Amino acid sequence: MLSKRIIPCLDVRDGKLTKGIKFKGNIDIGDPVEAAREYYEQGADEIVFYDITASSDGRDIMIDVVRRVAETIFIPFSVGGGIRSVEDMRRVILAGAEKISINSEAVKNPPLIAEGAKAFGSQCVVLGMDVKKVEPGEKCPSGYEIVIHGGRVYTGIDALWWAKEAEKLGAGEICLNSIDADGTQQGYELELTHLISTNVNIPVIASGGAGKPEHLVDVLTYGKADAALIASMVHYRYYTISEIKSYLQGHGVKARMTW
Amino acid sequence: MIGIVDYRAGNLTSVARALSYLGKSCKISDDPEILSQASHIIFPGVGAAGEAMANLRQTNMDKWIMEWVKQGKPVLGICLGTQVIFEYSEENETKCLGIIPGVVKRFSRDLQEDCMPLKIPHMGWNNVAFQKDHPVFRGISDEAQFYFVHSYYPAPADERLVIGWTDYGMLFCAAIARENLVAVQFHPEKSGQPGLQILANFCRWGGQDAE
Repeated sequence: MLSKRIIPCLDVRDGKLTKGIKFKGNIDIGDPVEAAREYYEQGADEIVFYDITASSDGRDIMIDVVRRVAETIFIPFSVGGGIRSVEDMRRVILAGAEKISINSEAVKNPPLIAEGAKAFGSQCVVLGMDVKKVEPGEKCPSGYEIVIHGGRVYTGIDALWWAKEAEKLGAGEICLNSIDADGTQQGYELELTHLISTNVNIPVIASGGAGKPEHLVDVLTYGKADAALIASMVHYRYYTISEIKSYLQGHGVKARMTW
Repeated sequence: MIGIVDYRAGNLTSVARALSYLGKSCKISDDPEILSQASHIIFPGVGAAGEAMANLRQTNMDKWIMEWVKQGKPVLGICLGTQVIFEYSEENETKCLGIIPGVVKRFSRDLQEDCMPLKIPHMGWNNVAFQKDHPVFRGISDEAQFYFVHSYYPAPADERLVIGWTDYGMLFCAAIARENLVAVQFHPEKSGQPGLQILANFCRWGGQDAE
């Protein structure tokens, strides 16, 4: 059987690492290539880079970062942020990333999912979803709404509907981020994760809220997630990835323990 | 020099990067003349069987690969490169190279584990139970896991050729070995240290079944 994947997420701006807490007050924590190497050595199963660079000069820096990461670590990694076209995807994939993730851009331009899947295969296309809990209603019957631009803009799109739609369009995986839980370190949004993961047939990476190893156990068992994204809990050295994996293994969650 | 066969099947640079990291020189090419200078051939690939076979036929690389395998020089198939070595793939109903008897099947939608339907593709890290000693898989711990991403799996006619089995709601062939040919369904270039070990072993291998 597959292991549950533990995936550290690295936010990058202008080629340097940051860590956003509720998308504000980012703190610089260093070189993304060195961080990737550190997590690779700690036993990360995959790494997610999220590029929050705004300028086009910064984009070129990011491509260089991707290239250097690909020469340094030999596990899959994905890159998200600022990808608006198949051409953007191609640059990142040719630089050595396994997967690209698209979020706001997929909401604004859903055919981009299908175009990416056709050009590179579904396994390359990760749909990032930022979700907020709302009153269930006609617009959002599941009680979860898609928000974009880092959680600032409500779209009126139901999260469950969007997850299924993205699967139909050819997304190979969903990275499901709860804006409510993000940065709290109080645990993942279990209901949301369970809802999405049991209603699509593609892997779901839970994101937002990880603070302790038991949070990962919860989301990977009750939440039915296939993988768990982590940030602060490892960025600030509260835990190492190998400690987290030992904890999972000790609580009946299959993890990759040799690397 | 290690030759990496380019047949427009996905991004082949990750295999090249892993080999460079191991200090091996390699060339990605679709030119038989260049590839013929190689000591070892890696036949990688990500994508769909139909298009891959069409590209192989168009460039005559299909005949070249079959000839290379007959010559007894070491060959390593990876993922799609492994699948097209068989006779037929259910993906795009494709007639393949037929170097190894058997077919490539799609994972059934009915696969279950703990009463939960399993997701397709089979994506992520899984164990491979190696069946016997082989130079390419030497030094790999039983606990080692490998990175997979695929919706189709090879089913060789002769199961004695299977050297590694993987469990995903059913047992499937994750590695096969016959004479100078070794082929794996997982991605050694993306499987951390154990994967790099397999690539390093392959580059040292002379192509004999047992040493």
